[in-house]
Amino acid sequence: MEFPEDLKYTREHEWVSIEGSVATIGITDHAQEQLGDVVFVELPSVGDRVEKADAFGVVESTKAVSDVYAPLSGEVAEVNDDLPDNPELINEDPYGDGWMVKITLGDKADLDDLMTADEYRKFIEESAPE
Amino acid sequence: MSRRTPLFDLHRTAGARFTEFSGWEMPVQYAGIIAEHNLVRSSAGLFDVSHMGELEIRGSGALALCQRVATNDASKLAVGQAQYTVWCTDDGGTIDDTILYRLGPERYMFCVNAGNAEACRDWIREQQKHVPGADVVDRCDELGLIALQGPRAVEVARRLAADALPALARFGCTETTVAGVPVIAARTGYTGEDGFELFVETFQVAQLWQALLEVASDDLPIAPIGLGARDTLRLEAALPLYGHELSRDISPLEAGLGWAVKLSGKGEFVGSRALAAQKQRGLARRVVGIELREAGIARADYPVKSGGRTVGVVTSGTKSPTLGTAIALALLASESVDAPLSVEIRGRAIQAERVRTPFYRRDDAR
Repeated sequence: MEFPEDLKYTREHEWVSIEGSVATIGITDHAQEQLGDVVFVELPSVGDRVEKADAFGVVESTKAVSDVYAPLSGEVAEVNDDLPDNPELINEDPYGDGWMVKITLGDKADLDDLMTADEYRKFIEESAPE
Repeated sequence: MSRRTPLFDLHRTAGARFTEFSGWEMPVQYAGIIAEHNLVRSSAGLFDVSHMGELEIRGSGALALCQRVATNDASKLAVGQAQYTVWCTDDGGTIDDTILYRLGPERYMFCVNAGNAEACRDWIREQQKHVPGADVVDRCDELGLIALQGPRAVEVARRLAADALPALARFGCTETTVAGVPVIAARTGYTGEDGFELFVETFQVAQLWQALLEVASDDLPIAPIGLGARDTLRLEAALPLYGHELSRDISPLEAGLGWAVKLSGKGEFVGSRALAAQKQRGLARRVVGIELREAGIARADYPVKSGGRTVGVVTSGTKSPTLGTAIALALLASESVDAPLSVEIRGRAIQAERVRTPFYRRDDAR
């Protein structure tokens, strides 16, 4: 399972990539694997305000519905328009073509709560039941 | 404590992910639900459904007991035939939906759902008191069950020289051997495809499972299929799942299973008066198939609305891997089934429309 070093991670299994004041957000390889085949994605609209820890989107697999939580607060600058028609991109390339939204950062202090790749890997290992 | 089937270790070795189902720790997926689903539609898949229960009814009163507890007409079964049939309470609610196999002149077997096995056993032992000459043998622990399903299931049987299987008619059953293992084989299933269900003694389940998997080749792909794909397959075929389309609160008539409820011809049975009254009054609600006309997936328990009013509830729903559309079964007020419908998904009304079921019908099905 992949955990790119240059990304930040949340306990809800989102990843965040920071470029200047824009954060790109998606769900992790671990999350997509746990979900199974993703068949539906619901995203916010450009211009929507998202609040840290609130659900901003929904990812549905064949069996389950999962909320996706905002790792930080800000305004939606861009959404991945390919996802509604190709939700399987989340399974195939969770850190690349499967990205979900770009958010213009409000408070940079939000970043302090995010985990590094090492911390996230440890977090998964510790929370794994088997 | 969850129970495990005799194949648990094989499933784990094969990389299965498990889920709790009716008190059993069952494989929910191996390669992925969609890939498994598509394999069953295109080639053949193997299902470990050993959690299902088996109750054998024997003796001179066996037929009478079957007739008493179940809605279909068991007197129509010749030895070597099976039928879908439903058990009801006195008020017409559903205890379970089952398949009844006639194995001998005075030998029948009900296959019951795992989650209802105990309730069914207790129920039929109670009913047995009213019928002389009928013995009930609980074979739940003694028998496992493997389903081999798919358009190429017949080829798999032939490769194992199990010629008795392809010779079976739809809903036929026989006692035979497959790969040297004694089985009760039936041409039944829960996927909308051709195929077989093989009841096998617990200690030989693994042997049969491996023999079936060993037939797999590049030309004839076969793989284990989890409960996830079993659910999407049965839903495309619009087959009911107990606890969703059927319950103590939903009668078989409401679930659209009137064809398996014989209110005339076989005499009274448990629930027949309530069901006859329900039919005479007219059904207030019915399970129908719907398809979403906007993006979204209808899931169990989502409200269904019409003209701003709630007219029912989704009982099962998914994105159909075969059709690519969002399909669902819903229990709706009868007067609304053909009205413009919407499903409430996360507070939004998503347009839906009633469609014919089954959603998917295999090419050769008559």
